[in-house]
Amino acid sequence: MSNSYIPYSAIIDDITVETEDASLKTFKLVIENEEERMAWRHNPGQFAMISVPGKGESPIGIASSPTEAGSVLFTIFKIGSVTTALHEMEKGERVGLRGPMGNGFPVDTAFKGKNIVIIGGGYAFTTLRATIAYLLANRQDYGHITVIYGSRSPGMLLYRSELEQWAKRGDISMNVTVDRQAPGWEGLVGFVPTITEKVAPSPENAVAMVCGPPIMIKFTMPPLEKIGWKDEQMYFSLENRMKCGLGVCGHCTCGPLYVCKDGPVLTRTQLKGLPVEF
Amino acid sequence: MNNVNDIITQELRAFASSLLESGEVSAFLGFAHGSLPMTTRPFVAKTPEDAQKLVWNSFCVLNLANYLPALLKSIEPPRGPKDPPPEGPLPKAGVIATGCWSRNIVVQTQENQVDRSRLVIAGVSSRGMVDRKKVLKALDGKEITKIEEKDHDLIVEADGAIKELNRWSVTRDNCQSCVHSSAVVFDHWIGPKLDDRQAPNRFKQIEDIEKMTADERWAWFSKEIETCIRCYACRNACPLCYCETCFVDDSNPQWVGKSIEKADAAIFHLLRAFHCAGRCTDCGACESACPMGIRMRLLTKKLEKDVFELFGDEAGMDASKPLTMTTYKLEDPQGFIFEPKHGQKKE
Amino acid sequence: MKTIFLNEKELLALLASWCETFDVYAPNDGKGEDAACSVIGWGKIASKEEFYGVLPDKIAKGVHKTSIKPFFFPQPETLVTFTSDNKPCAPLANTVGQKRLILGVRPCDARSVMLNAMPYRDDPYYQANQNKTVLVGVGCNEKAITCFCEKTGGSPLGTDGLDILITTLGTGFALEALTNQGDELLGSQGAALDEALLAEFTKRRESFAADAQKANSTPSLKGKDLMSLYQSKIWQDLSQSCINCGACTFLCPTCYCFDIQDEAIRKDKGSSNACACGTGGCACDAPSVRRIRYWDSCMFPLFTKHASGHNPRGTKEHRVRNRFMHKLKYFPDRFGALSCVGCGRCIRECPVNIDIREVMTTLLAVD
Repeated sequence: MSNSYIPYSAIIDDITVETEDASLKTFKLVIENEEERMAWRHNPGQFAMISVPGKGESPIGIASSPTEAGSVLFTIFKIGSVTTALHEMEKGERVGLRGPMGNGFPVDTAFKGKNIVIIGGGYAFTTLRATIAYLLANRQDYGHITVIYGSRSPGMLLYRSELEQWAKRGDISMNVTVDRQAPGWEGLVGFVPTITEKVAPSPENAVAMVCGPPIMIKFTMPPLEKIGWKDEQMYFSLENRMKCGLGVCGHCTCGPLYVCKDGPVLTRTQLKGLPVEF
Repeated sequence: MNNVNDIITQELRAFASSLLESGEVSAFLGFAHGSLPMTTRPFVAKTPEDAQKLVWNSFCVLNLANYLPALLKSIEPPRGPKDPPPEGPLPKAGVIATGCWSRNIVVQTQENQVDRSRLVIAGVSSRGMVDRKKVLKALDGKEITKIEEKDHDLIVEADGAIKELNRWSVTRDNCQSCVHSSAVVFDHWIGPKLDDRQAPNRFKQIEDIEKMTADERWAWFSKEIETCIRCYACRNACPLCYCETCFVDDSNPQWVGKSIEKADAAIFHLLRAFHCAGRCTDCGACESACPMGIRMRLLTKKLEKDVFELFGDEAGMDASKPLTMTTYKLEDPQGFIFEPKHGQKKE
Repeated sequence: MKTIFLNEKELLALLASWCETFDVYAPNDGKGEDAACSVIGWGKIASKEEFYGVLPDKIAKGVHKTSIKPFFFPQPETLVTFTSDNKPCAPLANTVGQKRLILGVRPCDARSVMLNAMPYRDDPYYQANQNKTVLVGVGCNEKAITCFCEKTGGSPLGTDGLDILITTLGTGFALEALTNQGDELLGSQGAALDEALLAEFTKRRESFAADAQKANSTPSLKGKDLMSLYQSKIWQDLSQSCINCGACTFLCPTCYCFDIQDEAIRKDKGSSNACACGTGGCACDAPSVRRIRYWDSCMFPLFTKHASGHNPRGTKEHRVRNRFMHKLKYFPDRFGALSCVGCGRCIRECPVNIDIREVMTTLLAVD
């Protein structure tokens, strides 16, 4: 029997400070053992447990696409004891990595041949970056791709250089917005729901991934519903407290579901049949 | 003839019922029958009909003060977290209180956990609550299927046999050493008012432990807590434990390990006890709630004794006085600071 | 599989013979020590007198104070150890220690081991603990007032999870082998049941099984709509007296939720100093950190609290509901059986007398 509690040893290969307040950093992890590194497979939308021995483990969404082989990216917000310890670590240090976990977005099944709408706010954008990178690497498999991404201020946007590169491509429609006008900012201004209403992505042959703070999700629903989006076309990613990541320990349950295993990606149809425990 | 419990039960129901009827209180907190012999259930009556479910007997072992902060909050008109409190007086709750519970209400008012003006306290004299573990022991661990309570005796049915026990002989240790059995604050009296008992050896259990050497004491303590499962029933049954995040649950920083290994369980019990110094009324709820029969009350009793002997204070006797551990007097004894062996057996 | 008949003397001799190949455990009052874990309420036994106490006709009616859960789900259990340069110890061999045999197990407790094995089917630690343990059960002739196994799909003579079941029969005892291992342990002892005894034995079993089937509330609960139960008005009243302690969950044989935490290894922690792999000679010879799992309870507010402060089950009503819904609805919908074996420990020890039987009755009445 394999033991899913034993983490891979991974080395921090690179650290990028993402935001002006340095509360978000992207860690590039390389699994030490070559065999394990080659065997690693994940879907966009999955997550992994990152551990700092002595501090504990934390579930973190995977920010890199499976097409970016050889390493795994994690953009980590400094909030608890594990993430604070991670933020204090340096390139070359060793961490534990367990995963990948959860279901991820159905990019190879339900999403194939569809128009894709990606709506993200704040630091929930990390697994959406993984998804965008994957979609662009397999561009021929999908229809229109529309991205709506908002953050508090320009300095709080993740992946700035990539956002700029994507905006220059002709095959993806980028709508990057900030909450308030800021010096030097030439892009969109306004909250994600407002921009969603303006962009009004068509629900025809389309799916949407909506990831962000609960309040953003709440207000993004009405404009989508208004133009005919159905519950089964909308995908969310839940972020409950998780410990084992294997559907056993009970912390992440949302009614009968184990978010870590049955999720974290759920359609709005699924969510509506569940107790509101997220 | 009605026994004392029946009289108290009847008066209690009538009083609670009248308060609920008149709208003076929105809720009345007492006990209802449990589903097993020797159990009761803390119960909130919201209507005069509900009040008929209230009971009084020797198995009301939990401390009702424990529920008051949440109960008072629950009967306030609903409002958002940022909304200001409504104008005018907030709804009141009624509660039945013995000596120790009423003293805990005093401590709660001193610590700003409850607003005394929102309580209607039905004072009662406790005749001592029964320790069901003692009853089980007296019946050699046989399963008790029925128990009938008379004023001075318990008629116990266990595995078909019937045994009569003297009630006082199976009351809880804290009740047997209690010197304040009647409510110290109240708005209405229920049942006969008894004189405070003169417990002759109030701190006998503690004196026996103090006579031990440090090694013996450690052995006693280790044995006492060895079956702790860290369920925190003792902490959660305690009206003094209301911290938003308890030190045992805190993970950043983590003060104490989470397992049932000896060091972790010991730190939990010792720190919990110290948090109760000068505040504990020896109500015994912790011991009564413990599913494993651990006598953690002896730790808080020792602190009660120290506070009494060093500072002459007893918790919850006077709402106008500050809590012992939040104040000082110039003449307070301070020998223990300089004499590390204070309290140990003289060699 | 055979069923044999033994008199008291023969049974005592057989029990004593098992001590040669197993660490034998039975209910006791203290804290038994084990190489891998310490189990409150169950201790290693060796002497004849102790065996005498666990004979089916001597053992106290109903369940023992604590369940056998810690043999399979130790509190705590080391999952991984790390060296000072953060290398995890990779191999798993959590099979250290001799094989053990637990005596005096009630059918409900044995059934809990089988039920917990469902969520733990891919858990190498639980599986290893199960593989090294033999369960010898004692059938119940009498029920305690808190017993309700038949309502949960069990039976006083249930055999789920057991290797051998001992029951009183006539002037002696029937020993029923239920697994190959149980069959082997009975060896060539005793005689087969004679016709009269066999008839009595079969009749009793069938009558218990019929009663149990009638009383089993699992199918009705599975037939209920999940959201109707969830939205029922009962939860508020039910949770009113709850003090949110973990007495019910920790005494419950089928509560299996846990937390994981890292601890610096302290020198005074005795045997738990050892590396998780137990092989010695690995990279973890001098581990500095151990990652443990320990019991956690959905009754505790922190169980679901996010680092941000948001809590999906922020009130005790949420938490009480979750505990009962998990046992009586979520688990059965997923695994087919209730996550409750009717041992009644939670009823017996709940400080505020919350009675799961009343909860079941109320839920069964929900439309």
